[in-house]
Amino acid sequence: MTHRTLPRFSATFDPHTISEIQRAAATGIYDIRGGGAKRRVPHFDDLLFLGASVSRYPLEGYRERCGTDVVLGTRFAREPVRLKIPVTVAGMSFGSLSAQAKEALGRGASAMGTSTTTGDGGMTEEERGHSTTLVYQLLPSRYGMSPDDLRRADAIEVVVGQGAKPGGGGMLLGQKINERVAEMRDLPEGIDQRSACRHPDWTGPDDLEIKIEELREITDWRIPIYVKVGASRPYYDVALAVKSGADVVVLDGMQGGTAATQEVFIEHVGIPTLAAIRPAVKALEDLGMHRKVQLVVSGGIRSGADVAKALALGADAVSIGTAALIALGDNDPALEEEYRALGTTAGAYDDWHEGNDPAGITTQRPELASRLDPVLAGRRLANYLGVLTLEAQTIARACGKSHVHNLEPEDLVALTIEAAAMAGVPLAGTDWIPGRGL
Amino acid sequence: MSYFDLADRPLRELNAALHALPVDTNDTHWNVENPAGRHAIACGLTVPITVDLKGHVGYYCAGMNKDADVTIRGNAGVGVAENMMSGRVTVKGDASQSAGASGRGGLLVIEGNAAARCGISMKGIDIVVKGSVGPMSAFMAQKGNLVVFGDAGEALGDSLYEARLFVRGTVASLGADCVETTMGDDDRAALAAVLDEAGLADPGDFRLYASARSLYHFKVDNLDAY
Ligand SMILES: Cc1cc2nc3c(=O)[nH]c(=O)nc-3n(C[C@H](O)[C@H](O)[C@H](O)COP(=O)(O)O)c2cc1C
Repeated sequence: MTHRTLPRFSATFDPHTISEIQRAAATGIYDIRGGGAKRRVPHFDDLLFLGASVSRYPLEGYRERCGTDVVLGTRFAREPVRLKIPVTVAGMSFGSLSAQAKEALGRGASAMGTSTTTGDGGMTEEERGHSTTLVYQLLPSRYGMSPDDLRRADAIEVVVGQGAKPGGGGMLLGQKINERVAEMRDLPEGIDQRSACRHPDWTGPDDLEIKIEELREITDWRIPIYVKVGASRPYYDVALAVKSGADVVVLDGMQGGTAATQEVFIEHVGIPTLAAIRPAVKALEDLGMHRKVQLVVSGGIRSGADVAKALALGADAVSIGTAALIALGDNDPALEEEYRALGTTAGAYDDWHEGNDPAGITTQRPELASRLDPVLAGRRLANYLGVLTLEAQTIARACGKSHVHNLEPEDLVALTIEAAAMAGVPLAGTDWIPGRGL
Repeated sequence: MSYFDLADRPLRELNAALHALPVDTNDTHWNVENPAGRHAIACGLTVPITVDLKGHVGYYCAGMNKDADVTIRGNAGVGVAENMMSGRVTVKGDASQSAGASGRGGLLVIEGNAAARCGISMKGIDIVVKGSVGPMSAFMAQKGNLVVFGDAGEALGDSLYEARLFVRGTVASLGADCVETTMGDDDRAALAAVLDEAGLADPGDFRLYASARSLYHFKVDNLDAY
């Protein structure tokens, strides 16, 4: 009997890499998918809270108040956005999501006193009707943009970029461009749509300032104007957004989800959420604008611990996309048989661009979309938002804070040198912050 | 008739007054003196009034216009009538970049020339330029008609969807997926309707450029165009 070693997979040419080369060779086109970066990058998991000790005392859970409310847009708007919890629902387009999913997002967010956001496809009645507070995105594509919708919005978000694809435009493949989506976007039905990555009528921060002025004039300086950027050069982007007159900056890290983008873009462009927050906060501090221009952070927020860590690093609120879809029912193991039929498995399903979502969320096929009950799904989202908030409060109380906004970098340490350097907090058990000297 | 002098009173007051007008207002004609290149003049109007701007304007004049008829007696800065919904905007002089950008309806008439990206991303607006248009005009134009009496700059109609581009003069070059095609009855009718609305005669020698529709679906063979 000959002695053979076990088959050994290469770390460089691992099975996924090999399958991607084979796929590329067979099709001649890049891989497109939904979701965010799937590889491991330094993240909130690499941070820990210190909690109270002899020198600081905690608050009593359930008895002593720990506030969670947040006001966004206090700089120029007459009617800033007032939220009960520091977690908002991020912009996800009707088109990428079914009308039922948009309604469910509105219901869930409204039940918890927070906002939802439109997306690259205009405002639907379903989401306006079911969202107490609705943020209206102004994107490069300008699909469905109208002055009436601007005025029915509670805030405007000028989208410069997204964490999943800083520098990229939207994509919506033909399977999802049905009659209603096509009409809202003024496009032919069934085409593979690639939307613009640059705004049609401004380039650069000087123009953006004038664009924001126009939006304020149209809305009579009533509602706040956010600027959303994908995390790449957060210090400069945040500084320029502030200079351009933003009330709020939304900063989306590379783990941030997308409805459809090239895999290579998702995994290789932009920086992790963790690495983006401190430079963004530094820009605000350098301009004397921290807490005056609010910072909303997104990209890979999953738990109340993530919420608390983002706030401790200086964010005013966080925003969720992927987690909200999971709460609605995306990647539900109960649908395993159907995921198998699609060549995937519950927990890994990311072909959101194909429009075959068995959960009825990332689809425009009526027979699939109608599977999602907006009331029940909205309830699940509300439950989940509630848990995020309770968890963040639990941590804040343990750190002795009467409001989640009182969390601070000093409450944190890092588990790895990378995370310590990125977040600007000491490596656990040391007082070493890499990159800050001694 | 209302009279507003931007040399004496702030723009905010003008726009607020225009926005406060009810749809059935009797205050239907506004003369505005000394616009002096200010940005965002008369943007976001939603009532059928006429606004006469006596001079040059800056960026985004008459942006998102709905139902109003705005005349600019001078040149217009970037993004005049951007995202216009309906109504009419007339520029007596020249227009800067991105005139009529992503406009969804109505008529924009530019009596002089328009710079780069005229009609970029247009979604149903009709644009008539009596002079010439700059490069990258009608980039990703989705719907509506762009009528150019003069010449068109480079890369006309790049990544065009269903908008029609009528040009009388020369076209420096066509963008990806934009081709010259022969006019059918529909096209002729569309051209006639736009010119009629603009109050202009058809000299009879426009040529039509439209989408070849070869980029509508991802194909390996289109790699050069992505
Ligand atoms: C299905 C889907 C559609 C999205 N559509 C948009 C969009 O239209 N506009 C936008 O700015 N961001 C869009 N995003 C990004 C989200 O707004 C947000 O930045 C991101 O999901 C946050 O990261 P997370 O998914 O890790 O929570 C989309 C994300 C998803 C998952």
